Amino acid sequence: MVAAGESILSVSNLEVVYDDVVLVLRGLSLTVPTAGVVALLGANGAGKTTLLRAVTGLLHSHRGRITKGTVQFDGRDITGADPARVVRLGIAQVMEGRRIFAEMTIDENLRAGAHTRRSRAEVRESYARVLDLFPVLASRRRSTAGYLSGGEQQMLAIGRALMAAPRLLLLDEPSLGLAPKLVEQVRDIIRHINEQGTSVLLVEQNAMMALSIADFGYVLEVGTVVRDDPAGDLLADEDIREFYLGAPADGAQRSFAEVKSYRRKKRWSA
Amino acid sequence: MSPELTAFLTNCFAGLALGSTYALVALGFVVIYKSTGVINFAQGGLLALGAYLGYTFSENLALAFGLSILFACLAAAFVGAGFERIVLRRMVGQPPFAVIMITIGLLFIIEPVLTAVWGFDNLQVPNPWNIQTVEAGGLVFGVRDLWTIGITIAVVTAFFLFFRFSGFGLAMRATAFDPEAALAQGISAKKVYAVSWAIAAALAALAGITLAAGPGGLSPSIGFIALAAFPAMILGGMDSPAGAVLGGIVIGLAEALTRGYQDQLFSWAGDNVSIIVPYLLMIVILLIRPYGLLGTKDVRRI
Ligand SMILES: Nc1ncnc2c1ncn2[C@@H]1O[C@H](COP(=O)(O)OP(=O)(O)OP(=O)(O)O)[C@@H](O)[C@H]1O
Ligand SMILES: [Mg+2]
Repeated sequence: MVAAGESILSVSNLEVVYDDVVLVLRGLSLTVPTAGVVALLGANGAGKTTLLRAVTGLLHSHRGRITKGTVQFDGRDITGADPARVVRLGIAQVMEGRRIFAEMTIDENLRAGAHTRRSRAEVRESYARVLDLFPVLASRRRSTAGYLSGGEQQMLAIGRALMAAPRLLLLDEPSLGLAPKLVEQVRDIIRHINEQGTSVLLVEQNAMMALSIADFGYVLEVGTVVRDDPAGDLLADEDIREFYLGAPADGAQRSFAEVKSYRRKKRWSA
Repeated sequence: MSPELTAFLTNCFAGLALGSTYALVALGFVVIYKSTGVINFAQGGLLALGAYLGYTFSENLALAFGLSILFACLAAAFVGAGFERIVLRRMVGQPPFAVIMITIGLLFIIEPVLTAVWGFDNLQVPNPWNIQTVEAGGLVFGVRDLWTIGITIAVVTAFFLFFRFSGFGLAMRATAFDPEAALAQGISAKKVYAVSWAIAAALAALAGITLAAGPGGLSPSIGFIALAAFPAMILGGMDSPAGAVLGGIVIGLAEALTRGYQDQLFSWAGDNVSIIVPYLLMIVILLIRPYGLLGTKDVRRI
């Protein structure tokens, strides 16, 4: 665990309930160190997206509620804060499934990301930086976002989040549905963003990708943290490789039967 | 010009003036529906409220008519946004059906309040247009109709510029498209909802006061005109502001032309056939295009 002063985000003992009955996070604690990259792994339904919603104030529209615990950002209590305040304080989120505004242009999507910012000059600066980072967007600023390819839409979603000039970037499965080449590209971009000084909390199913850029990793199971270790340790760990990477430690090809047994285990663990 | 052509153009002009009124009200319907997913049945009530407030500013406070219009719209916007803030905000996350019932409730509250304050009599709103006409190229134009069309063009243009190019217009479109993703950008849904109600109420008030300056004057039943603007909204496509304006004009023209040729063509159908034309047209267009003229296929929230 990282001391409070060095952490930009610290979640402690968080409990989240949907519809007043479904307990989804059960005393979850997690810390993102300032300027660090933290990976959050876990099977489908473990509660990863729920954690991000709890941090950014988006539980309300899902009839969800924090019933216990706290969320602190940069030493400030933001437990249950409304989304606009969270963004203004410096947290931006790339939502699961990209959620770009498909009917609007790329330019408009990016401007929407800068909604909370006041200084036009600063927004122009961010705009230039984002287009610099994503040349595919630069050449198509006036075209409708819905016509972009899946990979380009993911770039747009990340670019839109960067328009808020966040100090902490939350990414929810940014590699989902992307070809290996694009996954690599997304990984490089996240690394680049982090090198520019933005802390990152990266939720991923693709544990290999996430752990390869993270300093630290958490493994979530049914709403609680079951592992928290340096990324290198997790990457080397036999169980983690087996359950979350889908590859045995020796890197050998699995037989069909083994793959099936892995699938079964994964389903059971979910 | 042949008398037939003159009659036809006169009818078209009357249709445009009527269509302008429908367009304003229908645009208000769409603005609220698009950003909140609710059909505001109180639109007619807000229209009547705006008209009566305009009457009071003009008659009792002796303000210039232009100022009266402006203040009536502002006051209605205030009422609309206030209603959203105080009542509807508690309904966020509740079934749309319940919210729609509340807007119907608002309609039934506004009406008796209006009659309690202003009575049942038909009132004449002091205005510089009256029944004056101007003549151009053999055609006679009502001054009020000209102003109504002109103001509507100006206001609708201003709305579209705001909606398309301003930062807040962008926030409104983002919220309409994906409320949660908009929230995640830090866009305040509360502000978007309140502003949508304010805009819709101001548009209704504008329609109401320009209508009240016409030959019909001002009576508590003035809000019924919103019933005909309702098909305009559906016909244009519930989620399309441009469709609302187009629908308003189409219905206005259809109604005026039917009335104009009533004796020649529709005498067999009775005297009031023009009143049912908006609904007939709505049904026909929905049969051909179920999402309206400009509506999008995937209406996300009902
Ligand atoms: N709006 C909701 N109402 C009720 N239950 C919900 C809601 N959203 C999520 N859940 C439940 O909460 C649990 C955690 O969901 P969550 O989306 O946080 O998981 P996740 O780890 O992000 O999964 P995935 O990898 O599939 O995205 C699941 O069991 C899910 O069914
Ligand atoms: Mg998820």
